[in-house]
Amino acid sequence: MEKILEVRWHGRGGLGAVTSAELVARAAAHEGKYAQSFPSFGPERRGAPVVVFLRISDEFIRTRTNIYEPDFVVILDPRLLRVVNVTAGLKESGKIVVNSRKLPQQLKSDFGFKWPVASVDATKIARETIKLPITNTAMIGAFLKVAEVVRLDSLIGELKERFEARAEANIQAMKRAYNETMIKE
Amino acid sequence: MSKRVVLEASHAVAEAVKMANVDVVAAYPITPQTHIPERLAEMVANGELEAAYIPVESEHSAMSTCLGAASVGSRAFTTTAGQGLELMHEAVYIASSMRYPIVMVVCNRALSAPISVWADHSDVMAVRDTGWIQVFCQNNQEAFDMTLWAFRVGEDPKVLIPVMVNLDGFTLSHVTEPLFLPEQSEVDRFLPPFKYQLALHPDKPTTHGAFGMPEIYTEVKVGQEVALRKSKGAILQGWKEFGDIFGRYYSPVEPYRAKGAKTLLLTMGSLGETAKMVIDEKRDKGEAVGLINLRLWRPFPFEEFRQAVKDADVVIVFDRCISFGGPGGPVCSEVRSALYDQEKKPNVIGFVGALGGRDMTAKDFEYVIDRGIDVAKTGTPELFETVGVRGKVSGIRG
Amino acid sequence: MAEKKLKTAEEVTWKDMEGGNVITEPGNASLRRTGDWRTERPTVDRGACNKCGLCWLYCPDGAMKALEDGYYEPDLYHCKGCGICSQVCARKAITMIDEEEL
Repeated sequence: MEKILEVRWHGRGGLGAVTSAELVARAAAHEGKYAQSFPSFGPERRGAPVVVFLRISDEFIRTRTNIYEPDFVVILDPRLLRVVNVTAGLKESGKIVVNSRKLPQQLKSDFGFKWPVASVDATKIARETIKLPITNTAMIGAFLKVAEVVRLDSLIGELKERFEARAEANIQAMKRAYNETMIKE
Repeated sequence: MSKRVVLEASHAVAEAVKMANVDVVAAYPITPQTHIPERLAEMVANGELEAAYIPVESEHSAMSTCLGAASVGSRAFTTTAGQGLELMHEAVYIASSMRYPIVMVVCNRALSAPISVWADHSDVMAVRDTGWIQVFCQNNQEAFDMTLWAFRVGEDPKVLIPVMVNLDGFTLSHVTEPLFLPEQSEVDRFLPPFKYQLALHPDKPTTHGAFGMPEIYTEVKVGQEVALRKSKGAILQGWKEFGDIFGRYYSPVEPYRAKGAKTLLLTMGSLGETAKMVIDEKRDKGEAVGLINLRLWRPFPFEEFRQAVKDADVVIVFDRCISFGGPGGPVCSEVRSALYDQEKKPNVIGFVGALGGRDMTAKDFEYVIDRGIDVAKTGTPELFETVGVRGKVSGIRG
Repeated sequence: MAEKKLKTAEEVTWKDMEGGNVITEPGNASLRRTGDWRTERPTVDRGACNKCGLCWLYCPDGAMKALEDGYYEPDLYHCKGCGICSQVCARKAITMIDEEEL
């Protein structure tokens, strides 16, 4: 069975979680890997919790089911930690990447996470770079820092293509989050 | 030289429609197909695709508009899902009965009630008998390839039958993954312009949509049936030429590690890819199991199907739809029927599942295969087992 | 309003489902916890509040509860944190607080 990296993104409708996962998938594929991304659907509503799935592998990915045992969970909004079981099925070797102004050690103790936790204040970074509290591109940076599965500059290309005129600010957001993400094992 | 790109399956379909240089797109958005008409509308608006994009008021109008377009020899495309397919039902019948080579991509969606936007095959099964050529896709590459191929086959002067390309809603339509896009020059070599000999035109007047008195209705219908059966030749030829130009060959029935398999699992659509993982695991453990991906649904590929299952003892059929009150899942019943007259026929075991978007995991397929093998030994009074249903079910008897 | 415990899907068998998925319990949409959508919650400063009821009137979800003593309080099970109550309050008695702070 091929080794597939499985990532589950937790976001809210309208905040770009689908785009995050898709851009990482595209970047991975452009690096020559195989990747697959798709949302888990409900009737779409702004603000409601949504889940997006991402798979990356060196071989063609055949499975098309939801992700039940992710290697990473990426949480785009800290308040989701209280309302959604974001770590459901997270592998023992898994890691948590959260948008939060709290430090990883604080989150670990607040929620009793036994997995390594990485956090960055993506909302603050987003407000300062793209001038909106939309954390999807910043969280790409956070994910890349922790997962080291796709190169940052591959994502820069994707952001340029996707956001055109607004690319620069989004690239800033991603880079800053990449640099500022802290991890507590 | 083909290009490796990363696209959502819906967008891959739009690319194929664009490269096929359609003349008319008439579609109504419906989840989970929406990304296709959205992308096509965008392409027409920004000049990427020179076509008339007609934002009709309903799916019924979408197909009706395509009928009109095809009648004058325009290359027409539409796309829908679930309830939308049902809303256009009468026009779907008319398209094939009029012998118009329209191409329609259906993002398979469960039918109401209850309301569901998620994938299953109930929508396409409801148009089983409408006389269209029907194929199923497993991944994004196939979504692109089949859409392009569909124009070629349907428009063949010996065929003139509309073609339905099926993608599982969300689980295929909304997946982003890499695929290869050909060059336009290659596409142009594969797909010549549409030349419809009977097109409505003042220089050569014809009448379309005439009455069919009892004296001749039968003859026209038989002609339609014969044409659909015979289209198999053009279907295979189209796939051969597709392979010769683009390097990917398709066939009506695609066995996977089926050589020497005593047990075969038959699937249609993208679930087959997940199931193949289970086949690999079992084969690695020495179990003689294989998979049959049924790509061509109409006209049913009897010959290739019988050939593919001739050495198996058990054929497990996975249906993604319930055919209420009938002889079992639609695909399973047709499989049994296809084998009825065979001297040596395998035990056919039916399963139904993944209804209304219920996820079907590798573990679920493992269960289906193991349970199917068991049931083949012990027998069962039930026509099919519904995978994952909560609560014991009995009384679905043949 | 929200004391009733919802069953999870796993606890429901096909026999429990009404034909046609008809729902026989009236008004049970209120059991749906839309408070999950919230990223900020309203807090009422009683000192400033004059019980005018504008917040209750304008809340698009009917998630402002009128209390017996005449004051108003958000129904946190349903409140989506849109902030309209805070905007319309004539006395600026309602402040939106980030959920993460709590």
